[in-house]
Amino acid sequence: MQNGEERERERRRRMRSIAIALALAGLVILFYVATLVRLGGNVMNRPL
Amino acid sequence: MTDASIDARTLHSAEAAGASIGDFVALMKPRVMSLVVFTALTGIVLAPEPMHPVLAAISLLCIAVGAGASGALNMWYDADIDALMQRTAARPIPRGRVTPDEALTFGTVLAIGAVGTLGVLVNWAAAALLAFTILFYVLVYTMWLKRKTPQNIVIGGAAGAFPPMVGWAAATGSVSLESILLFLIIFMWTPPHFWALALYRARDYERAGVPMLPVVAGPDETRKQIVIYAALLVPLALLPAFMDLGGALYALVAIVLGAMFLARALNVYNVREGREADRAAKQLFGFSILYLFGLFAALLIERTAGLLAA
Repeated sequence: MQNGEERERERRRRMRSIAIALALAGLVILFYVATLVRLGGNVMNRPL
Repeated sequence: MTDASIDARTLHSAEAAGASIGDFVALMKPRVMSLVVFTALTGIVLAPEPMHPVLAAISLLCIAVGAGASGALNMWYDADIDALMQRTAARPIPRGRVTPDEALTFGTVLAIGAVGTLGVLVNWAAAALLAFTILFYVLVYTMWLKRKTPQNIVIGGAAGAFPPMVGWAAATGSVSLESILLFLIIFMWTPPHFWALALYRARDYERAGVPMLPVVAGPDETRKQIVIYAALLVPLALLPAFMDLGGALYALVAIVLGAMFLARALNVYNVREGREADRAAKQLFGFSILYLFGLFAALLIERTAGLLAA
């Protein structure tokens, strides 16, 4: 019984860690894409 | 906030099993979130300045997460009374799936993340409005008004009315008369919506010591107030048709649904005894959601169709 509970706790902890990792990765992608959108073509528009 | 017994119980059982992803999703009140996202989307689409679809999607995500943060912080603070009410007893904290501290941390991180992301990636006017909305819901409604006055949901309802203004501000960077009108429609809609629920859940609120109008002023006064607010809401909801927000379709929807809303409010006023009274209140509560959804859907469809035709 204790082992079952322990396994379940481990499983849930792992799922939470994966969710946090995915959320962080999503945030990185979000900031990257938003930067591209906001800069647009202006990224090439600078004095030499 | 929470009494010692709840803290001890939640800590013990939450540690025993640990919270699942679904428990954290439930903390964000996903059903409330869906209406928030929908009204915020309407604000974005109706705004006179077009928004890049990616930035619009980011804005909606931030507003949704901000609403979720408000829900989590509300559940953290209200865990003691949630445990006493049938409607809320199955929430993650009273059930012992999430500890109060976890909910507090979760809500705070989400709130700061949503406001910061909206500010950095979209604009700070919208971020400031979102921050104000979250603070208003948590500090003014949840911590201050909810347990103090029967006007709790009248004033606190402002928090639920801000999302279209936040969406509008995300697109334009400012607040305008039109976005304030969208705010006012939801603001006036909230009291009859919640009082209809409170009429058939009055015992729950009484047990938890929440001074909802039917508990403090009685069901008859509540019925009167429902009719007054409905009579103010229905003409107010026609105004977008005269302000370049909506057109003929919106006017038609606002008139037809408005008449049905008024009829159900009057039914609640007239039928006061037994199961029929509860049924009338449940009908109004259910229809009120459809009514608000219908109004905003009409605005959204009409504007989208107009944009596609242009």
